[in-house]
Amino acid sequence: MTDSSIWKTIFGRLTWESFPVHEPILLGTFAVVVVLGAALVGAITKYRLWGYLWTEWFTSVDHKKIGIMYIILGIVMLLRGFADALMMRAQQAIAFGGNEGYLNAHHYDQIFTAHGTIMIFFVAIPLVVGIINFVLPLQLGARDVAFPFLNNLSFWLTVSGAVLTMVSLFVGEFARTGWLGYAPLSGLAYSPDTGVDYYLWSLSIAGIGTTLSAVNMVATVLKMRAPGMTMMKMPVFAWTAFCSNALAVAIFPALTVAFALLLLDRYVGTQFFTNDLGGNAMQYWNLVWIWGHPEVYVLILPAFGIYSEVASTFCGKRLFGYTSMVYATVVILILSYLVWLHHFFTMGSGASVNSFFGIATMVIAIPTGAKIFNWLFTMYRGNIRFELPMMWLVAFILTFVIGGMTGVLLAIPPADFVLHNSLFLVVHFHNTIIGGVVFGLFAGMVYWFPKAFGFKLDPWWGKVAFWGWVAGYWIAWMPLYIPGLFGVTRRVNHFYDTSLQPWFIVAAIGALIILVGILGFVMSILVGWLKRDQLRDVTGDPWGGRTLEWSTSSPPPAYNFAFTPVVHDLDAWYDMKDRGYRRPAQGYRPIHMPRNTGAGVILSGIATVLGFAMVWYMWWLAAIAGAALLAYAIAHTFNYDRDYYIPAEEVARTEAARDRQLALAEA
Amino acid sequence: MIAHALDAEAARQAEEITWHLAEKDDHDHGHSGGATLIGFWIYLMSDALIFASIFATFAVVSTGYAGGPTPREIFDLPLVALNTALLLFSSITYGFAMLAMERGRQAGVQLWLAVTGLLGIAFVGVELYEFSHLIAEGATPQRSAFLSGFFTLVATHGLHVTFGIIWIGVMIAQVAQRGLNPDNRRRLMCLSMFWHFLDIIWIGVFTFVYLLGVLR
Repeated sequence: MTDSSIWKTIFGRLTWESFPVHEPILLGTFAVVVVLGAALVGAITKYRLWGYLWTEWFTSVDHKKIGIMYIILGIVMLLRGFADALMMRAQQAIAFGGNEGYLNAHHYDQIFTAHGTIMIFFVAIPLVVGIINFVLPLQLGARDVAFPFLNNLSFWLTVSGAVLTMVSLFVGEFARTGWLGYAPLSGLAYSPDTGVDYYLWSLSIAGIGTTLSAVNMVATVLKMRAPGMTMMKMPVFAWTAFCSNALAVAIFPALTVAFALLLLDRYVGTQFFTNDLGGNAMQYWNLVWIWGHPEVYVLILPAFGIYSEVASTFCGKRLFGYTSMVYATVVILILSYLVWLHHFFTMGSGASVNSFFGIATMVIAIPTGAKIFNWLFTMYRGNIRFELPMMWLVAFILTFVIGGMTGVLLAIPPADFVLHNSLFLVVHFHNTIIGGVVFGLFAGMVYWFPKAFGFKLDPWWGKVAFWGWVAGYWIAWMPLYIPGLFGVTRRVNHFYDTSLQPWFIVAAIGALIILVGILGFVMSILVGWLKRDQLRDVTGDPWGGRTLEWSTSSPPPAYNFAFTPVVHDLDAWYDMKDRGYRRPAQGYRPIHMPRNTGAGVILSGIATVLGFAMVWYMWWLAAIAGAALLAYAIAHTFNYDRDYYIPAEEVARTEAARDRQLALAEA
Repeated sequence: MIAHALDAEAARQAEEITWHLAEKDDHDHGHSGGATLIGFWIYLMSDALIFASIFATFAVVSTGYAGGPTPREIFDLPLVALNTALLLFSSITYGFAMLAMERGRQAGVQLWLAVTGLLGIAFVGVELYEFSHLIAEGATPQRSAFLSGFFTLVATHGLHVTFGIIWIGVMIAQVAQRGLNPDNRRRLMCLSMFWHFLDIIWIGVFTFVYLLGVLR
């Protein structure tokens, strides 16, 4: 064996050239990450927090802590995804005519791919799943989700995917194919380097986590509701979370298969999506969009649920048209499965097929419109308090309606033939995702933050975040509809037509204003924490809420509810307050709870190694990791000791402390 | 005065309304067991959609022979019929294991699980023989999109069966270790659903891939 062949056996295709030492931007980023990472690790070590983090957080099966960890992951990845956005905006603002800008096509293509991939898979999904995780069991009057360990595993698998994506920044490359990795471009013939492999492995691992989490949430809604809470007495957020997760269970298999077949094409040499020997690249597009279109509804339905909760709380009245809201949600769930082909009307599937998918797409506007009217009618004659969550709701209504209308425009196949792959499309989906999902997530984070941490976010910085995002969004994106309508295409790192430059300069300014919004949000957390004594929530019900989560203390005890609540009405907590409910003072019993476990961290760690080894063709390491994954999973099933009891005395102590706090608040 | 009377009335009503349920001792076991079974059902549905997506892809590429072998030339129906029989019989024997579990006969459970596992191993063995035979003839997964689809669909099912066999082995050990306790009973129920599910998938494979392939 020669030296190079030994090297190849051990490290696969990983060589010194795989590290981008010649790219100053990446090198600078790497330096910053190393410095910040070292500072963080140093601080945790200095204050001896590793043990605390491990026992109280990483291994926790408590849905509240897992939800918070999901949200932290989402916010960290938002910073990365937004850095990509700023780089693209800067490049497009200057690269006109003779100016090539500072990013070549090779680098630029990786950035827009990473931006889209990260924003959907590692920002939107973790934030949505995190909020659902935290809120859903509390709203249902449950002590945890149906499968607490699975919940922990799902989270860490998502982290594993995020880690692999981040590793690609410094070791090798990321995909240059766009965020859905269209074949045949993503096939081995056109993308022979590691980019697509990083993409496929990280998203497959994270996708398994999301699927498991969705199964978990569906089972939670079906089996864990408090007595008396029929499906039609469930809070709207719980309904939308249920529909969103049911949809996720139905669509993620299609994505898994699309990725698995592409992996087979790339690793085994099969012919699914290749150009010759009978392959059919459009089948990849079909599979990926059978996942992709419903996925945006997986994200927006919970946001709709958040808006509904916010609307009824801050208008001080019952949500207008609860039943129609539920049916609209279910109709959207069903329709979203029947529209995927509108992403490639230009495939040429014929007038009748295109008409079907075009009309099905337009029909979605009807239930969505019904929802908008429901929120408006909830506000009508309501006792509106313009606190931050309510402001996000109003901004959402004003912004999202426009995105919805441009969506209906795009649903007309002849119009789509002109607008396909144009900036018009890019603005449309940013309009719906930022104006719909992101605004909703911010509303939800501001709304439930005091429940999670016991103090409100700082309202002044919260308003900076609000105006930064809303004004920044409108300035960055709305003008771009016009060049998009004229036919300017997406994913371009250089323009020859200098008359377009003003549009992109305005867009870059808008992006900087959004940056102010992001920093404002981070500040609202920091300042909120510094001023936590003034902003403290002692009642557990800081907004005058209407659903069961507000009946607990802020933050809720590990067991959520000392006694299982019994539900009589739709707005269960409002009903309890209204009819003179009093907290029970005795009769506590031991509470059965699931035990923490490190298995989720360990399994996901092995999965990360497996993914890395496969990306770099280190077959020996992949084999070991695969075997270890199986062996550890089996060994874990031999552990039957998975639960414990919180003694009645401890419950009594916790509840007595809460009684004292409440008495103090009233005095 | 009237307001006060109303308050008192509300308070009296509140006394009568049940706002809470105290923990019952058997509450948790029945609860989580039910959630596990329905959760496993939901997982199986998502697995069914994995197969549906592969079936759909196979349908798209099923005539993509690219000048290579066609189904009629390579499928050996008697061999596939033997395999089908093996798998269907293994479902029956798993049913016997479940009957033994209902009667609380631990040795019976282990025996029938072992028989089921052996039938499963025979199934995978025949499948591997078929694959090696095809590859030796030059009908490899790389040869054409049709063969890619065929190998992937059948092997995905075979991989599921392999995991089922491993699971059966684990359950035999766990039943030996702890008997037919509620945890193990629940796991055996889940494995039962999984195993029968693979039977249903195989009937789809047998019909649409092999039989219709030869008819085409």
